[in-house]
Amino acid sequence: MKSLGILSAGLVFAAALGTVASGDDHVDPAVMKAVKARQAQMQLYAFNLGQLGAMAKGEVDYDAGAASAAAGNLAKLTSLNGRAVWLPGSDDATLGEDVTAALPAIWEEGSEIGDKAKALSMAAAEMESAAGDGLDALRGAIGDVGKSCGGCHEDYRRSDD
Amino acid sequence: MRRLALFVIGLAVIGLGVFWTLSAPERLPADALAGIEGDAEKGARVFYAAGCASCHAAPEAEGDEKLILAGGMRFPSPFGTFIAPNISPDETHGIGDWTAQELADAMIHGTSPEGAHYYPAFPYGSYGRLATHPEGLKEIAHLHAFLQTLPPSSAPNAAHEVGFPFNIRRGLGLWKLVFANEGWVSSVPGDDAQLERGRTLVEALGHCGECHTPRNAVGAPLNGQWLAGAANPSGEGRIPGIDEMNWSARDIAYYLETGFTPDFDSAGGHMAAVIENTSQLPEEDRAAIAAYLKAVSQP
Ligand code: HEC
Ligand code: HEC
Ligand code: HEC
Repeated sequence: MKSLGILSAGLVFAAALGTVASGDDHVDPAVMKAVKARQAQMQLYAFNLGQLGAMAKGEVDYDAGAASAAAGNLAKLTSLNGRAVWLPGSDDATLGEDVTAALPAIWEEGSEIGDKAKALSMAAAEMESAAGDGLDALRGAIGDVGKSCGGCHEDYRRSDD
Repeated sequence: MRRLALFVIGLAVIGLGVFWTLSAPERLPADALAGIEGDAEKGARVFYAAGCASCHAAPEAEGDEKLILAGGMRFPSPFGTFIAPNISPDETHGIGDWTAQELADAMIHGTSPEGAHYYPAFPYGSYGRLATHPEGLKEIAHLHAFLQTLPPSSAPNAAHEVGFPFNIRRGLGLWKLVFANEGWVSSVPGDDAQLERGRTLVEALGHCGECHTPRNAVGAPLNGQWLAGAANPSGEGRIPGIDEMNWSARDIAYYLETGFTPDFDSAGGHMAAVIENTSQLPEEDRAAIAAYLKAVSQP
């Protein structure tokens, strides 16, 4: 069962990779791959949170197994080593706003991006242990996950129309 | 020649007189808050609805530190950089010695206790709409009582980094004359309490238009394009429009609670700070904001 979970996560990953839009002719293909991979990782965060959020919002019935699976995926995704996808010089000022929304501040002196990523993996770990314990526990944990997503987007991702 | 010079000087004096009269700061009538008793508990809700901490907390404050309104946050604009003052209840460095009436003059007319004009970086253009709300002055009195319960800070105020002519506060009087206190932007049916609450939260307290409505060359909001989206004053990217929301009211309320969009992307930019406040509001307030945005979005 466990390997099936990992396999399906892999499939979703591949699907997400395939759907990222591109306006990227002028960008080094290796850099472009890194940008697409991190955007796909973000899409997977959103996809798995969507499973949990639909329950939190009351749009689908709470299901302990499904909630645990989604929260487990999220926790694993937040533990991926990000070195290769967050290449220095892959910010929006360098690559263009149509390619990435990552702000140069990520790579500047005094950047707290590492702390922000850690805050998310801690919140995701909390969610992993709470998700199977009923709807109230899930609702209690999702707020902190949202705060840690937003905490990083606040400083390091460009806002757009 | 001499007569001409005198004539010109005369005109200049009249001009100065007109300028001085037109640019005079406005205040509420002396008895405007007579008989109103502030309630700190109710003030907490006003505080989170109005987002005072988003601008007046220290720049790096997290969590409960956001309740120390020490000032110091910087607001770049085309006219220079404004720096938020200390509004903690410290009597020397903050506003601990202010009356509720003085706070009301600041929030509604942008007028200081000494009678100087504030810059509209302090969003009194939005808060000022409370003046015409039957409960508006009460809300400010409650807020005043709540602010008194917060921890004091002895951080001194920093001067704004604003060049000539924008450093002359008196000139702001003319700006205010032309642009401030325009009243409510949208009309709501008198018997719809939820929409009315939503309008108070969006147009006045939540000052949503300060970011989501575009501005003209002198920084005044273009209310004909109310909530239609705007340039980001920090220079990067854009602030999206919220005048054509196709999200459900439930989705909008959930976004204001958790930051999650219907696709479970997560709000960033300055909106993340707004959501820190709206997440503290009672559910019914988020629902009222959502109802208002849906009403505005109807073609
Ligand atoms: C450590 C910082 C950080 C954290 C934590 C974070 N994000 Fe992001 N996110 C970013 C950055 C930077 C971008 C822009 C990436 C780019 O365009 O190259 C982004 C982009 C996105 C996107 C758009 C991806 C695309 O296709 O362009 C989504 C969706 C998203 N994030 C969702 C989330 C969710 C949900 C969470 C929490 C579970 C989260 N993010 C946590 C930094 C972060
Ligand atoms: C300090 C500036 C600021 C204020 C004040 C503000 N917003 Fe925002 N808002 C933003 C920014 C920036 C974004 C884009 C967020 C992002 O990058 O994820 C946004 C996004 C939104 C969105 C999502 C729009 C979309 O299509 O994704 C909604 C809804 C919204 N704001 C509602 C409000 C409401 C309601 C208020 C008042 C209570 C408000 N905002 C006040 C800056 C602000
Ligand atoms: C968008 C940012 C912003 C928000 C939100 C904001 N302020 Fe301010 N405030 C400022 C700035 C900037 C100034 C300085 C104005 C000036 O010097 O002309 C200021 C000035 C003030 C002053 C004058 C202080 C003094 O020493 O003269 C008071 C009082 C005040 N704000 C109270 C509040 C309260 C109460 C709230 C919430 C209801 C609030 N502010 C929300 C930015 C903000």
